[in-house]
Amino acid sequence: MATRWFGASVQRNEDPRLLRGQGTYVDDIDLPEMLHAAVLRSPYARAKIVRIDASAARNLPGVHLVLTAEDLGDVLEPSPLLIPHQALTHPRTQLPLALKDVRYVGEAVAFVVAESRYIAEDALELIDVEYEPLPVAHSLEAASASEAALVHDDVPGNVAAQLVQTVGEPDEVIANAPHVVRETLRMERGAAMPMECRGIVARWDRYEEMLTCWISTQGPIAIRNGLAAIFHLPEHKVRVIAPDIGGGFGPKIMLFYPEEILVPFAAIRSGRPVKWIEDRRENFIATNQERGQIHEVTYAFDDAGMLLAVRDVFLHDTGAYTPYGIIVPIITACSLPGPYRIKHYASACTVLYTNKVPVSPYRGAGRPHAVFVMERIMDGIARELQLDRLEVRSRNFIRPDEFPWDVGLVYQDGGPTRYDSGNYQAALDKLKALLDYDNFSARQAEARKQGRYLGIGVGYYVEGTSIGPYEGAHIRVEADGRVFAATGVTTQGQAHQTVFAQIIADQLGITPQEVMVTTGDTQAFHWGVGTFASRAATVAGSAMHLAAVKVREKIIALAAELFEAAPQDIELANGNVFVKDAPHRALTLGQMAIKANPLRYTHGENARKLAAMDLAAARPGPALPQERGGPGLEADGFYSPPHASFASGVHGAIIEVDSHTGQVTFLKYAAVHDCGRLINPMVVEGQIRGGVAQGIGGSFFERLVYDEEGQPLSATFMDYLIPTAAEIPAIAIDHIETPSPLNPLGVKGAGEAGVIPVPALFASAIDDALAPFHLRVCEMPLHPCLLYELLQKSG
Amino acid sequence: MEKPVSIPELFETSTITVTINGRQYERQVPVRLLLSDFLRHELHLTGTHVGCEHGVCGCCTILLDGEAVRSCLLLAVQVDGRTLTTIEGLAGPQEPLHPIQQAFREQHGLQCGFCTPGIILSVHAMLRDKPEPTEEEIRHELSGNLCRCTGYQNIVEAVKCAAKYLSEQKREGQ
Amino acid sequence: MKPPRFQYGAPSTLQEALELLGRHGPDAKVLAGGQSLMPLLNMRLATPAYLIDINRVAALDYITAREDYLALGALARQRQVERSTVVQQRHPLVIETIRHIGHTQIRNRGTIAGSIAHADPAAELPTLLTCLNGEVVATSTRGQRVIKAGDFFQGYLTTALEPDELVTEVRFPWLPSHAGRAFTEFARRSGDYALAGMVAVLAPAPDGRCLSAQISYLGISSTPVRASTVEKLLSGTSLDDKALNESASAAAQLVDDEVSDIHATADYRRALTMELTKRALQAAWRSCTRTEKGA
Repeated sequence: MATRWFGASVQRNEDPRLLRGQGTYVDDIDLPEMLHAAVLRSPYARAKIVRIDASAARNLPGVHLVLTAEDLGDVLEPSPLLIPHQALTHPRTQLPLALKDVRYVGEAVAFVVAESRYIAEDALELIDVEYEPLPVAHSLEAASASEAALVHDDVPGNVAAQLVQTVGEPDEVIANAPHVVRETLRMERGAAMPMECRGIVARWDRYEEMLTCWISTQGPIAIRNGLAAIFHLPEHKVRVIAPDIGGGFGPKIMLFYPEEILVPFAAIRSGRPVKWIEDRRENFIATNQERGQIHEVTYAFDDAGMLLAVRDVFLHDTGAYTPYGIIVPIITACSLPGPYRIKHYASACTVLYTNKVPVSPYRGAGRPHAVFVMERIMDGIARELQLDRLEVRSRNFIRPDEFPWDVGLVYQDGGPTRYDSGNYQAALDKLKALLDYDNFSARQAEARKQGRYLGIGVGYYVEGTSIGPYEGAHIRVEADGRVFAATGVTTQGQAHQTVFAQIIADQLGITPQEVMVTTGDTQAFHWGVGTFASRAATVAGSAMHLAAVKVREKIIALAAELFEAAPQDIELANGNVFVKDAPHRALTLGQMAIKANPLRYTHGENARKLAAMDLAAARPGPALPQERGGPGLEADGFYSPPHASFASGVHGAIIEVDSHTGQVTFLKYAAVHDCGRLINPMVVEGQIRGGVAQGIGGSFFERLVYDEEGQPLSATFMDYLIPTAAEIPAIAIDHIETPSPLNPLGVKGAGEAGVIPVPALFASAIDDALAPFHLRVCEMPLHPCLLYELLQKSG
Repeated sequence: MEKPVSIPELFETSTITVTINGRQYERQVPVRLLLSDFLRHELHLTGTHVGCEHGVCGCCTILLDGEAVRSCLLLAVQVDGRTLTTIEGLAGPQEPLHPIQQAFREQHGLQCGFCTPGIILSVHAMLRDKPEPTEEEIRHELSGNLCRCTGYQNIVEAVKCAAKYLSEQKREGQ
Repeated sequence: MKPPRFQYGAPSTLQEALELLGRHGPDAKVLAGGQSLMPLLNMRLATPAYLIDINRVAALDYITAREDYLALGALARQRQVERSTVVQQRHPLVIETIRHIGHTQIRNRGTIAGSIAHADPAAELPTLLTCLNGEVVATSTRGQRVIKAGDFFQGYLTTALEPDELVTEVRFPWLPSHAGRAFTEFARRSGDYALAGMVAVLAPAPDGRCLSAQISYLGISSTPVRASTVEKLLSGTSLDDKALNESASAAAQLVDDEVSDIHATADYRRALTMELTKRALQAAWRSCTRTEKGA
C-alpha cells in the first residue's frame, strides 16, 4: 500500500496549542480548594534522624498537614524494585519519607501541605530535625575503598550488584595478543534538567471514589497500577494522566519518587486536591541523575589494527538506592562492542552505592559510557599503530552481509543483543564527506603553523532501541469522520500526536490533522509501559499501525457489504470510502462509522445522505453479526517486539582548542544516523539536534560537583551550565536507512541517538587538536580549567 | 523633634491594577507573590512557564511595557499601573497564529513547548529592536533562553523566518 | 523557591526612601532592578524583614553628562544606558562593558547602581568603576557622601555603605583624550559571570608611547583589583612584546588563591589573566587615537 504520510515532514498537530501557550502542564492545573505541598529534605548526605519536631510547623496558620514517616501507616514501605536481576544481590529502594536514616542530600524527610506553596515553604523552616551526621561515601573511589563509609549498614562494601558477562575466551586471547593496552576511563555525573521540573496534582473524588493524578511522568500506567496497590483501590478507580510534559529525558520514568506517593496520600487524607511542584533547587537533589562510571579496560589487537579482545572492569555509581535496578550498567556492558566484530569480550561490573541522588536512566542510559570506552580503544589502536583512526574502525566493522549479528550478551530486555540490520561503513562514508575528512590534515597542518590547534573527532555508536515488553493502541473512527487514537506511551516533545497520526492517516485515507491522539492517560488506554529507551515510536507506532490496519479491514468489510462490491475494490482516500472506478458510490469515513453502529441515529447532512444512498439492505439475522467484531469502527492493536532493534550512527566534529585558555569552539558538526525508516524526518532530526546539545553540555559544560561531605556544589543554573544557543553549533545531518525486519514499520528508535557518541567524539577531537602535546583524554566531562591542567601536565 | 516627613507605610498585601494583553485586572495580592505566580495562578494565564525561579532559564519571560523581562524576578506589586504582554496576547485560541508563531511551527522550532512562550516573546522584542539580525546576533540574543529539547538550530531558523514574515507584513501594511 | 515573608514599601520620593532606610536599615534590603536580589530572595538566601522598592522614585532616573564624569542615577537601567546616545557618543567603554552583562532580559531591569552596590567581584561594572577611578554617591537621612571606588569595594559582596545609606548616583569619569580602551572577559557561556576579566584604558603620549594606563581586573580577588603594578610597567613603553609579557606576568601575581571555585582554580585564572592582559592591552592600544589624527 503506497503511503502518503509515512516519511513526510508533516507539521505538528501539537504546535498551535503549544505556540499559543495553551498547553496543559501539571503546574497549569488549578483545582478548586487545592492545597500546596513542599518537601523538607535532608541537608546531610548521610545521617541518622534522631528526632523530628513538627509542632511549630503544624501550628503555622495556613498549614493543613505535616507528615513524617510515622504518619504514613502501611504506606511506609520501600518503593518497588522496578527491574529485579539475579546479579542485583543487595537491592535497596527508598521509603516515601525517611524514618531513621538519610542517605543523600535531598532525601525526603517531611511533607507539608498548606494553603500556598509560599506558606508551605515557611512551614519547612519551622520543622526541627535533629540529625546525627555520619561518614559519607561521596564518590566511587570513596565507596569502594577498603574502610569505606557504608551507605546501607547491611550492604557490605557498598556493593549492590556484580554482573559478569563473557563472550568467547578474552583472557586467553589477551594473553597471546601482539598488542595489549590497559587504561582507566571515567565519566562523571550529569543530569537531564528538563525545563519543566517534576510535579503532581492529586485529587480524591469522593462521589466517584476515584483517585486522579496528573503527573509529569513518562510512565503513568505503572504508576496507576502501583498507586492502586498502595492505596488498596481497584485499578479502574485510579486514573493517572501525563498531560503536556516539558521534557522527560529519562528521569521522569521512575516509580516511585516519594512525592508520587505522598501527594495522593495527602489528597486522600485531607479530602482536598493537593499539588506539589518541584522547584529547580529540588530538581538538583531530588530527581535522579546518571553517568558516573569508572572503567579499567584492557584491549588486545594485532598489527593490522584488528581488535581481538576486550576486558572491561567497571564501577557504576547507583547513588543511594537502586530504584531502577541495574539497567544502566547492563546497557553499558551490552553496548560496548558497538559496530565492531568482537568475539572475545568480558564485562565485569560492580554497582556501588554512594551517598548521592539515586541513579536511573538519563538519555543514553549507559550507552555514552560504552561508546566512550570503545571509541577511545579505536583511537588508541590507531595511535599505537600510527594508522588513520577511521581506517581502523572500517577494518573492524561488522559487514552488511553479516546481519543479524549476535553480540553474545543478554540485553536490558532479557533478550539477545542481536543487531537486526545496519551498514556501518556507508554511514561513515557519508560523514567523511560532510566533514571533508580527507582534506582535513592539510588544513590542520596549516593552522598549526599559525599556532592554532584544530582537531577532528569521530564517535560511532550502535544503540539498542525499541525494546518490549509491548505497547498497545486503540483507534476509533468518530461520527464526524475524525479519528480518535490512544496509547499508553507518553509524550515530552517527540511529536507523538503527529507521527502516530501519520501512521493512522495512511491506513484510513485521511490527513494527520484529522487524527486526535491521546497519550499517557490511563483512562484512555491502560495497557502498556511508557516512553523511554528510544522505543515509543517503534513499539507504540507499530501498535498504532496494527490497530489502524484492523480498522481499515473493518471499514473495507463493511463497505463491501454496503456497496455490494468486492473488498479488493474498496478504497479509502481523502476521508472517503468508495468503490474503485465508481467514486459516486462513496460514503465519508464518518458516515461509515455511523453505519457501523446499528443503533446510531444521525442528523442533518449525514441523515439525508445515508437515507438517499442506495445501500444494501440489512440482511435477516442479528443487526450486529459476530463476524463484525463489535459495533463501530474501532480496534485495539498490540505489538511486542521479539527483541531490541539496533539503530546506529556516527557523529563527527571539527573543533579549535585555545591552548592558553582551554576554551573550545566547534567549527563544524555533522551527524549521520540510521534509525531505519523515518516516520517524520523533521521530527527525527529535531531529536538528534536536541540530543547532540545535551551531549555537548555533558561533555564540556555541565558538571555535577559534590564535595567530600556529599554536598552538591553545582545545584543552580548559575553553576550547572546548560549550553545556550551561543554554544551549540549548527549540525549537518544525513542518514541512511537499514529498515528493521522486526516490526511492521521498519523503524528503529531515535530518541537518544543524538547524545550517545558526543563524549567519545569530543575526546577524540581534543586528542587530535592537541596531538603536539601528546594528550590522551580519559575522562568526561571536561571543562576549560581541567583541559588547561591536562595541558600543563603533558607539557 | 520629629521631622515633618511622612514615612510611607510598609505592608504585606496590596491591591494592584495591571493591564495584560489589553485587558485590565485589579487584584489584591501578597507583596511577596512573584509576578510569574500572579500571572499563572491568580489570572490563570498559564502560558508563561516557570523553569528555575532564579533568572537563568528564561521560560518565564514576558514583556513589561514592551521590554522582555523575567517574571520570576519581579513581584506582582511592582507592576501596578503597568502594561504587560504574555504569550496569550500574541494570538488567542481561535485567532490565526502570529507570524513569529507561524515561523516556529514551520521550522519545527519547538518540541515539548515549555521554553517556547518565553522564547517567542524574547524574539518579539528582539526583532522589534533589530529587524534583520545575523545568525550570530540571533544566537547571542537567544542565549538568555534555555531550551533542552531542540538544540537551538531550528529556533534560529525560525527567527530568521519570522524576521522575513514581519518585514513582509510591514511592507504590506505600508 | 518562594520568597520569605517581608514588609514592603514603595516610596515615591527619595526622602521617603531614606526615611525607611534610616528606620529599618540593618533589617532591610533595597529593591531596584532585582536581578541579583530576587534570586537570593527566591532561594531564601536573603531574608530581609523589610523590602524597600525604590523603582518609583522618579528623581533617581537620570543619565547626565557632567564636566568630568558621566552621572547615572540609581534607577538608570543597564539597557537604558546601553541605548543612550549621550553614552554612546561620549563614553562607549561603558556600553562595551554593559554588553557583557547577562542577557537583554537582565539588562532591561538591572540597574548600574544595583550592580555596583551588590559588589560581586566577578561582575563587570564594579571593575569598570575601579578602573576609571569612579565614585559612588551614598545618601542617607544623615547627609550625602562621595566614596571613591577604591574605598567602596571592601570585600566579597561587601561595600563601605552603612545600613541606612542608599547609592543614589554612580559617576564614571570620562576617558583621557585620545585614550584607547578595551573590555575583555572569559566566561563559560554567553552572558555568564566571568572567570576573569579586564578593563584597560591607555592614554598615548605625543611621542607615541604609553603615557598612562588604568587597568582593573574582575574575578581574581574578592574585590575588583586595580593593577597599579601593571600600570607602572606600561607607562613609557610602546607596548612591545616585552612590555606585554611583563605586564601579563605582573597581572598573574595579582590573582588571589582564594578565588578557586568549581569552575576555575586560582592557577587557571592566572593563566586566563595573562592571556586577557595581552589581548586587552593590544586591543586598547590599537584603539588609541593619535593626536596627529585629531580626536
